[in-house]
Amino acid sequence: MIINHPILGPRDAQEFVYLGDAALIDRPDGLTAGNEAFHDYVYLRDNPAGVHRELWYHEQGDRSWLVVTRNTVTHEITGVELARDVARSRGRSK
Amino acid sequence: MPDLVLKPLTALGHDAPLTESLGPWTLTERADVALASLAPRRGRAEDVARIAAAAGIALPSPAMSAMGAVFGSFWMTPEMWMIEAPFDSHSDIRAHLLGLFGDAASITEQTDAWVRFDLSGENLPHLFEKLANFDLATAPEGAATRTVIEHMGCYLVKRSATQVTIYGGRSSAQSLHHALKLAAQAQA
Amino acid sequence: MSQTNRISGGQIDRSKSLRFTFDGVTYSGHAGDTLASALLANGVRLMGRSFKYHRPRGPISAGSEEPNALVELRSGARQEPNTRATVVELFDGLVAQSQNRWPSLSFDAMAINDRFNTFFTAGFYYKTFMWPAAFWEKVYEPIIRRAAGLGSLSRLEDPDDYDKGFLHCDLLVIGAGPSGLMAALTAGRAGLRVILADEDFRMGGRLNAETLGVGDQSGADWAAGVVAELASLPNVRMMPRTTVYGAFDHGIYGAVERVSDHLPVPMAGKPRQTAWRIYTKRAILAAGAIERPIPFENNDRPGIMLAGALRAYANRWGVAAGRRVAVFTNNDDGLRTATDLQVKGVDVVAVIDTRSGGPLLAGIRHLQGAEVIDSRGRLGLTEITVRSAKGAVETLRVEALGVSGGWNPNVSLTSHHRSRPIWRDDLAAFVPASDAPAGLIPVGAAMGDLSTHAALRGGAEAAAQVVADLGHGSARYDLPKAEDAPVAITPHWYVKSDKGRAWIDQQNDVTVKDVKLAHQENFTSVEHLKRYTTLGMATDQGKTGNVLGMAVMAELTGKSIPQTGTTIYRPPYTPVSLGALGGRSRGKDFKPFRLTPSHKWASEQGAIFVEVGMWLRTQWLPRKGETEWRQSVDREVLATRKSVGICDVTTLGKIDIQGTDAGAFLDRVYANTFSTLAVGKCRYGLMLREDGMVFDDGTTARMGPSEYVMTTTTANAVTVFRHLEYCRQCLWPDLDVQIISTTEAWAQYSVAGPNARKLLQKIVDQDISDAAFPYMGAGEITVGGLRARLFRISFSGELAYEIAVPTRYGDAMIRALVEAGREFDAVVYGTEALGVMRIEKGHVAGNALNGQSTALNMGLGKMVSRKKDAIGVLMSQRTELVREDGLRLVGVKPVNPAEPLKAGSHFLKTGAAATAEHDDGWLTSMVYSPHLGHHIALGYLKNGTARIGERMRAVNLLAGTDTEIEIVSPHFIDPEGERLRA
Repeated sequence: MIINHPILGPRDAQEFVYLGDAALIDRPDGLTAGNEAFHDYVYLRDNPAGVHRELWYHEQGDRSWLVVTRNTVTHEITGVELARDVARSRGRSK
Repeated sequence: MPDLVLKPLTALGHDAPLTESLGPWTLTERADVALASLAPRRGRAEDVARIAAAAGIALPSPAMSAMGAVFGSFWMTPEMWMIEAPFDSHSDIRAHLLGLFGDAASITEQTDAWVRFDLSGENLPHLFEKLANFDLATAPEGAATRTVIEHMGCYLVKRSATQVTIYGGRSSAQSLHHALKLAAQAQA
Repeated sequence: MSQTNRISGGQIDRSKSLRFTFDGVTYSGHAGDTLASALLANGVRLMGRSFKYHRPRGPISAGSEEPNALVELRSGARQEPNTRATVVELFDGLVAQSQNRWPSLSFDAMAINDRFNTFFTAGFYYKTFMWPAAFWEKVYEPIIRRAAGLGSLSRLEDPDDYDKGFLHCDLLVIGAGPSGLMAALTAGRAGLRVILADEDFRMGGRLNAETLGVGDQSGADWAAGVVAELASLPNVRMMPRTTVYGAFDHGIYGAVERVSDHLPVPMAGKPRQTAWRIYTKRAILAAGAIERPIPFENNDRPGIMLAGALRAYANRWGVAAGRRVAVFTNNDDGLRTATDLQVKGVDVVAVIDTRSGGPLLAGIRHLQGAEVIDSRGRLGLTEITVRSAKGAVETLRVEALGVSGGWNPNVSLTSHHRSRPIWRDDLAAFVPASDAPAGLIPVGAAMGDLSTHAALRGGAEAAAQVVADLGHGSARYDLPKAEDAPVAITPHWYVKSDKGRAWIDQQNDVTVKDVKLAHQENFTSVEHLKRYTTLGMATDQGKTGNVLGMAVMAELTGKSIPQTGTTIYRPPYTPVSLGALGGRSRGKDFKPFRLTPSHKWASEQGAIFVEVGMWLRTQWLPRKGETEWRQSVDREVLATRKSVGICDVTTLGKIDIQGTDAGAFLDRVYANTFSTLAVGKCRYGLMLREDGMVFDDGTTARMGPSEYVMTTTTANAVTVFRHLEYCRQCLWPDLDVQIISTTEAWAQYSVAGPNARKLLQKIVDQDISDAAFPYMGAGEITVGGLRARLFRISFSGELAYEIAVPTRYGDAMIRALVEAGREFDAVVYGTEALGVMRIEKGHVAGNALNGQSTALNMGLGKMVSRKKDAIGVLMSQRTELVREDGLRLVGVKPVNPAEPLKAGSHFLKTGAAATAEHDDGWLTSMVYSPHLGHHIALGYLKNGTARIGERMRAVNLLAGTDTEIEIVSPHFIDPEGERLRA
């Protein structure tokens, strides 16, 4: 596969390490969220046959974590964003 | 033991750096370059840019390198560059850079983390098609990228059409050298 | 033997004779021959035996679709099985053997299978070898393996190199027939970066095999001219002998270039084959079409081949597969074979045309509405039986029969992303669907454009479109004149018969009868048909047989072919040798090695090295007279504990963490707290996964207010770094933290033992007394003025330091340490002694960090701070994970000190049966402690801390050991830590 890196342009997926669902960005607060929320966060994933937002790490590249929007059936990639930007847009900061 | 003098070895394990012909290409091991990473601290990007400009350190755009009178540099990651300087005058490059940038940037000694090979000659893309998935032929002069050569993470810097620098992990210098030799044999 | 069947013409170099042997007999051919064409020229039709029935077989094709003529090439270590003789480029000295026969090709004892064919029908294995189940492994499988199968392996290491590489282009053209050449020419002239790849050693495709002209030249001459022009264009890369075997995602194609297969041995330094990964913006699939046979009884005899192949042998190679031939066809293309061969002076006995009406061929006996219903000839065709339209049966003496059941567009690559081809009634064939892989454009015969003109036009138009799409303007092209005959076919899928066998898939020996049986047993879907009969599951992927099988099933079920299903193909298009896929990564080059700074010195000392990840670390350093590894290790441990030992610890991961939020960041990635650590101190840190299990551990030092150096285990250096980047970018994107690995920048040595300080004080420039450099101190120092770092940390339980110098001085440093240590009888110790000492001290590592253990399990529960939010802390406190009677790290010693312990043993109460319900935990790591004089171990024991002093058993059912043990504290040495602080 080719991932169109937002900074570097098209790069071979071989350079990346896959982590999984980009929902991992939405980590609950460990002091306030409680066990149940964390259980869901750690263990529950959607497994769609279709469009999926997922985290890829450009390990053999510029070390950027990316959020890749990919169709798991066709492998079509319709969006690639820097995970840092996505995290900020979802209210994450310090 | 104030009189203790430690004698350095090159990454390939010799007293002097290696220069050799690989078919039509020339490989030069470079032990004369000091390296440090430079990353602006949060909110200090403008300070870093100003200091760097004054010091003659270019901070090139992503996937690019630059060469100044003393300092060279290439882009590594968003908000991080590798700075190159002559080892003889900058053997403690981090101290130099700290003197310039103070607490505006995070600076990390990298000199001996890497082995540097410079490859020169005509038709380098022909050699590199056996080494990395990087399209050297169409890359602009000054292009810099991280890539993989025979399972080893490396930085490639296209200095010109006839010269390319490879930075590989120092501990795997011999394996990288071996890979370059085999590729040159196959493509010569 | 002379080349009795060589006729005039062809693109072979008759001035160059090549000698080769087949089954020990020497023959000669010419440059430009394939092994198959040269054998046919020498009158050899029998080239192999079939997979299941061991039927005598010859080639049915002249290309890579060949199911039958599989041979072993070369000898000794270069022996290569299952090579298709139809694509093997002849070279002088080639040695080939037939395979799957014993004792000889003409008399094969296993042909007995053919007599018992009624037993060996489809589903035979499923039905016969199911019971008794115990028989499968010991009885059935070995017998089947011996009887079936194809060629054999030499079992010697392949002496040749294989390589891999990466290519980039605007346009990849797959296939160099008329459409591919025209596409490459159009795009190449327009300035596109073009790669033209063809599996053949001679580009031109069918143009080389036909007598049809292009422009005012022969097709072959036109092709040669275009090839010459393309070769002269700097933006075009010509890749003959290159099979594009797979279409992968987003314009990536896999290809294998047979660099040296046409040479007796590769040239020095050159690979045998190269596997290319080709990155493309567009690809044009000009892979042509593959002819299919018409199955009839005994249609598999050597000499019966596809009509197009019979014609190709005559036109391209100047070979008549037989002096008396006939043609059996259901379409006009088959008629060309008859006319071409007749022009070449071959005796065309008859054309058996299944169609009625239409014009008759001039000067050839053209039987319309007729069928070939049987054949004879034990090791090669001698006669065919023909039934006329009126039902009259006659036999004709022929040596070769060309059969044409029509042409299947070669859609293989278009279906690599599971696109299903669509049926066209007018062609009686499948053509690529519109959902072929993005960027892959099928043209010419591969698209169903079967005339030369249509192929040329299709290639040019597709290339012009690519030129425009990629922003290179509008491409100009002139189409040379060429024939544009429409496809004239009346499907005739097989010759009906109630008795004998008519082969559909010759490689896997699947017959019309087998398809009928599958139907009878209700395996009617295409997927079931395939698996029940093994149709299309051989190495040729059913290139000639799949559509036939479906057509027969369609007829049996009364459905149309598209209703019955479609057939799709998977990578690789043709078999790819594992060597090519492995490339350079084999043997000692399987992976790179990472060498430690002390490697050169240690090699000189005769050190034994161990692979740890990619690192080579010193395992132990034998001294003169030591013959057992334990002697060396025991000595290293005792000397270290008695005086001082030196160990290269460079391999531990080192990560530089800087920024004004570095402390806050560490507080979140470690279970314990680092923001409160004083500058100039280090602390042991425990890193958890988000599920609460321990991920990694190591010491982290604070070098400045905003600067830390983290160490990781050797094994996790990369994954910890990845994790930190994840935390930094995805979880807390605005923290002011910058990180970079410095693992290789520093050569780091541990100096441990009561005399460690004395030794180091001789080396370093600063005062390192306990007052000046206390336990867990860290800082920058100098060594003879050279910048260095010192950490007072210990893994062995002894007074210990780790000293780091820039890596280029690492070799000098180990020599300086050894020299300075001479007066203390210092030793250099390896990973074995390191392991012994850490177990003696009760430190967890390796096996205890198994991804299923919590800090509490390890006896480190108190390190987990609950005052802050850190990765994994919350989940580590789940009820089940904090049970009082959960697993705890304990020490273990044998009750009888003379008894050894076994790692992996399970703890059982005395008297309890060795079954899972009595399992109380397990032993994670054990060593012989030279200090204590007996084996010791660490392990996880249920409610372990409360059970110290208990006697139990350590049982290892695999090793057959059952040892009485005592549970003790995991700290075998200096439990109060007095030595550390000395």
